[in-house]
Amino acid sequence: MAYDYRPFAYVAPPGLTAPEPRHRVVIIGAGPIGLALAIDLAQYGVGSVVLDDNDVVSVGSRAICWSKRSLEVLDRLGVGAKCVDKGVIWKLGRTLHREEEVWTFDLQPDPGHKMPAFVNLQQYYVEEYLVARALEFPGLIDLRWKNKVTGLVQGDGVSLTVETPDGAYQLEAEHLVACDGARSDIRGMLGLDFDGELFEERFLIADIEMTGDFPSERRFWFEPPFHAGQSALLHKQPDHIYRIDLQLGWDADPEAERQPERVIPRIEKAVGHRDFRLDWVSVYTFQCRRLARFVHGPVIFCGDSAHVVSPFGARGGNGGLQDVDALGWRLAHVAQGGDAGVLNAYDRERQHGADENLLNSSRTTRFMSPAAGAERLFRDAVLVLAGKAAFARPLVNSGRLSRPCVYPLAGPDDPALPVEARPGAVAPDAPLADGWLIDRLGRRPVLLALGQPAPEGTGAERLELALTQELQARYLGGAKQALYLVRPDQIIAARWVTARPEAITEALTAIWSDRT
Amino acid sequence: MSLITTPNLADPDAAYAALLAAHKGLPEAESTALNARLVLILMNHLGDGPVFAEALRLAREAG
Repeated sequence: MAYDYRPFAYVAPPGLTAPEPRHRVVIIGAGPIGLALAIDLAQYGVGSVVLDDNDVVSVGSRAICWSKRSLEVLDRLGVGAKCVDKGVIWKLGRTLHREEEVWTFDLQPDPGHKMPAFVNLQQYYVEEYLVARALEFPGLIDLRWKNKVTGLVQGDGVSLTVETPDGAYQLEAEHLVACDGARSDIRGMLGLDFDGELFEERFLIADIEMTGDFPSERRFWFEPPFHAGQSALLHKQPDHIYRIDLQLGWDADPEAERQPERVIPRIEKAVGHRDFRLDWVSVYTFQCRRLARFVHGPVIFCGDSAHVVSPFGARGGNGGLQDVDALGWRLAHVAQGGDAGVLNAYDRERQHGADENLLNSSRTTRFMSPAAGAERLFRDAVLVLAGKAAFARPLVNSGRLSRPCVYPLAGPDDPALPVEARPGAVAPDAPLADGWLIDRLGRRPVLLALGQPAPEGTGAERLELALTQELQARYLGGAKQALYLVRPDQIIAARWVTARPEAITEALTAIWSDRT
Repeated sequence: MSLITTPNLADPDAAYAALLAAHKGLPEAESTALNARLVLILMNHLGDGPVFAEALRLAREAG
């Protein structure tokens, strides 16, 4: 069933008739990243104006694989259950070379997590749910469709010129967050450019609708019989929509390749029949690049406007939501009068995250689309060996799927505690008698006390839980007790086996500063 | 453990002959592919330690 694209209503903004008061935050781009940020800020009580030059959700599926961490973030924003209910849950990834299966991965984490490893859900649904959620904050989120920024002047804040169907107006804000995607106009207006690699490879990307009984798994082919010498990816999405990515080679003409008479025969070969409807087609070029810095005075870059990766690790949309996760609570703090230095920590942490995503994407691209010579030689050797010897299978790289990075935090740590829950990592989820641990963390700093009472008077909200098998394994390991300080973004800031209240207060203060 | 760069073969002529025999009759492209597979197999056998990195360095410097 084709998605019903319903335009959002443009409303003439107040700035057309009278000067508007200076806003705290203006967000450019009502895609998943801009909308998620607006909701995150609203949940902290901070209002924002969201400007989008269009009036409709994403055309085409675009970002489709949402990771467990993204689902946890979306859940905190109020749309997690909707995404999981609608999405296709999958955990198996099969990789084939010609007709032979060479490598299969199972993403199922240990049981005992609220969210699944991945769901496939078209970006337009995620945006639809986020728009509906944003509308639940009428006093805080001011969504303006068909509002395009055409001028930007920076001072201690920003002054914008915004074009609408009714003419132009001026907008002033303390902070601007550019969530306007890979081709960010804001980036251009600041004269900034990406550093990094552009790969000489093109992929055709298509959504097709077909009724068939394809299993809920990711399937990737190197040199498939239906697409000689290239590679292909097939993903199942809701509504009988399937996503197909076909490697085209660098010589391909993007305009010619996206024509239905060229696309349909290729897909027919891939799925083995003609019983499908073409829903959406695009052609893209691989890039692995980022801005040198994401914070430029009052202007902050978030999501694809800050960094772009090749798509096979699901690191675009998921990486962007992790940006939101690291930014929202800090920007809310600054908007409410806190020290703006805390935004440097966002910059530093997300550069680290982007570098990890870029490294993984570059490696995948190099395997998937090797340069002639040694790259090609070893790639082919790995694929040939993978069919015969187990050791070669983990070398097969058809995408290393997005996992949250562990920030290099210098907070107090005790090596007696499990490495997975070290400072900088997302607090692992665990089932509780009456729900999930992840729902008890986030939005404010929490001091989680296990096996001992939480010290009073530290300034952190205390959470004392009875030990369960999962809490013991994920947070204590061999230890009998521990204290964990968890940030508003559910990242572990510090941990101790025992701690004096002053040490906890000091770690709590560091959360709100540039020191992490 | 570090890379052994002193003689380590009791019968070097036999080992060398075995290497040549594996390539016997192969066109150049197939011979190159065989070498690539061999490198990958040995890389895995050596594991994560410093030996492979030292071998890479020596190979690169010797060329």
